[in-house]
Amino acid sequence: MNPSASRFPLALRLLHWLMAICILVMLFIGVGMVSTVSELQTWLIDLHKPLGILILCLAAIRACIRLTRPAPALPADLPTVQRVAAHLSHLLLYALMFALPLVGWAMLSAGGYPVQLFGTLQLPPIAPIDGPLFAFLRQAHTLLAMVLFATILLHLGAALFHAWVRHDGVWRTMTLGRSQRRPPISSIWISRSAGSS
Amino acid sequence: MRPTRPILVRLAAISGVLLLLSAAFAMAAGWLPPHRLGPDAIVDALEAHDGRHPGFRRAHAKGLCIEGSFLSNGTGALLSKAGIFAKADSPVIGRFSTGGGQPYAPDGRLAFRSLALSLTQANGEQWRMALDDTPIFPVATPQAFVDFQRATAPDPRTGKPDPARAGAYLAQHPETRAFLKWQQDTPLSSSFANETFYSINTFRFIDDAGKAWMVRWSFEPETPFEAIDKATLGARPANFLFDDVITRLAHNPLRWRLIVTIAEPGDTTDDATKVWPVDRRRIDVGTLVIDRALAEENGDCRNITFDPLILPSGIAPSDDPLLPARSGVYASSLARRDGEHGQPSALASDPQARRALP
Repeated sequence: MNPSASRFPLALRLLHWLMAICILVMLFIGVGMVSTVSELQTWLIDLHKPLGILILCLAAIRACIRLTRPAPALPADLPTVQRVAAHLSHLLLYALMFALPLVGWAMLSAGGYPVQLFGTLQLPPIAPIDGPLFAFLRQAHTLLAMVLFATILLHLGAALFHAWVRHDGVWRTMTLGRSQRRPPISSIWISRSAGSS
Repeated sequence: MRPTRPILVRLAAISGVLLLLSAAFAMAAGWLPPHRLGPDAIVDALEAHDGRHPGFRRAHAKGLCIEGSFLSNGTGALLSKAGIFAKADSPVIGRFSTGGGQPYAPDGRLAFRSLALSLTQANGEQWRMALDDTPIFPVATPQAFVDFQRATAPDPRTGKPDPARAGAYLAQHPETRAFLKWQQDTPLSSSFANETFYSINTFRFIDDAGKAWMVRWSFEPETPFEAIDKATLGARPANFLFDDVITRLAHNPLRWRLIVTIAEPGDTTDDATKVWPVDRRRIDVGTLVIDRALAEENGDCRNITFDPLILPSGIAPSDDPLLPARSGVYASSLARRDGEHGQPSALASDPQARRALP
């Protein structure tokens, strides 16, 4: 493990932005489709299910990369509260990336709904047909989606705070741009402290 | 190269981004005006009309689970590539019900009688449907449905519908007047067993070549039609319809032919209040055999919805605006009743509708 990585691996950065788009689109589709009985509803639901499974698959790949490849350290001068908040919110984001598709899939299973993707591809049920379980999972799916949206707001706000206020290089650890106009403070610090190795 | 803009401006920019994203989310969710008709509002209207009965479906609250099979004769495969039309038998679960949201309403009244089915084809895909005993529906749009429910809901002060409001609604809705006249004028069958059930909405069948056929369908009983005297309906026992079908099924299976009717160009496909001309091509695609009745406590019909948009590949929705509304409303109703503790169903204590039957 190389603790002095200055940015996340390219694959992880690509996945981050791809999933950011997917998840935001997914949240908008989700709240939209349950709010209407217009013909848009059918179309949105047919999009929601395969997109959810796609996010679940991408989350699995992403978690593997995240756990096996080095991640850049946070700036040393970051206050402890923000450091803890960063770690907890990232943990929560990962947990929700898995939980929302799985709860949705289990919810459809419990409600006796076939989980059908693209017309014919049918996923097996992952929960028994069970009334109270369906009601619980549907509420949980909605609640978790709201928590995810709130966490994304927090995450985005914090990222922009790093980029626009602290200028500490954290934003650049996740961007796709190649050129590095000025070395991030964190990497200076890390390379200095890790220089003894 | 220190940033020159004051920190407050930069914080404001961040807040602005978050606010914009939140506002867009709220708009997508329909939390901001303009008002959007959603499934929950429709279920609220149903509850306002018939009261809230915990644990029960918000529409067609009174019902009975049934089991049987669909014997396809293979002809349907000419119209749809759905596996259900291969020459084979498919298991069926379903539900007989009467209209309205009151789970103990007497059967002796002019209300929908319905057959709901879930057919499972060999590859596991399901075809669900909820059919009524009328070839036409009283309303064409979800908004009209809500307006009709509200106009005929009991006034909180009198406990009875306000004739002025109902009249005002009917004055604007000739299609609902036509439905009520049809209901008054048409002979009423004596039993679920000799009733014809109609798909209500139009659907698309897609054949092997990818061609789409606009279709409606009906289940036509093999049990001969027999009318019941509407004048003495109110004097019948509260559960006479359900008791009748339970008794029949305890002795013999009941059978219906599945007749698919094909639209001609120009036939209405997006309006369930309009019938098609009688000379449209009708194709017999198989037989529904119902051989068992079970109270909802014992059967498998209670915890699923007969969402008409649960369709196998080869059957697709039409442009009828009622279809997404039925799908959304059934899901909303399921989520509500599944989270509640309910009373036993009207037929729970029927000795012939228990699992113990051979």
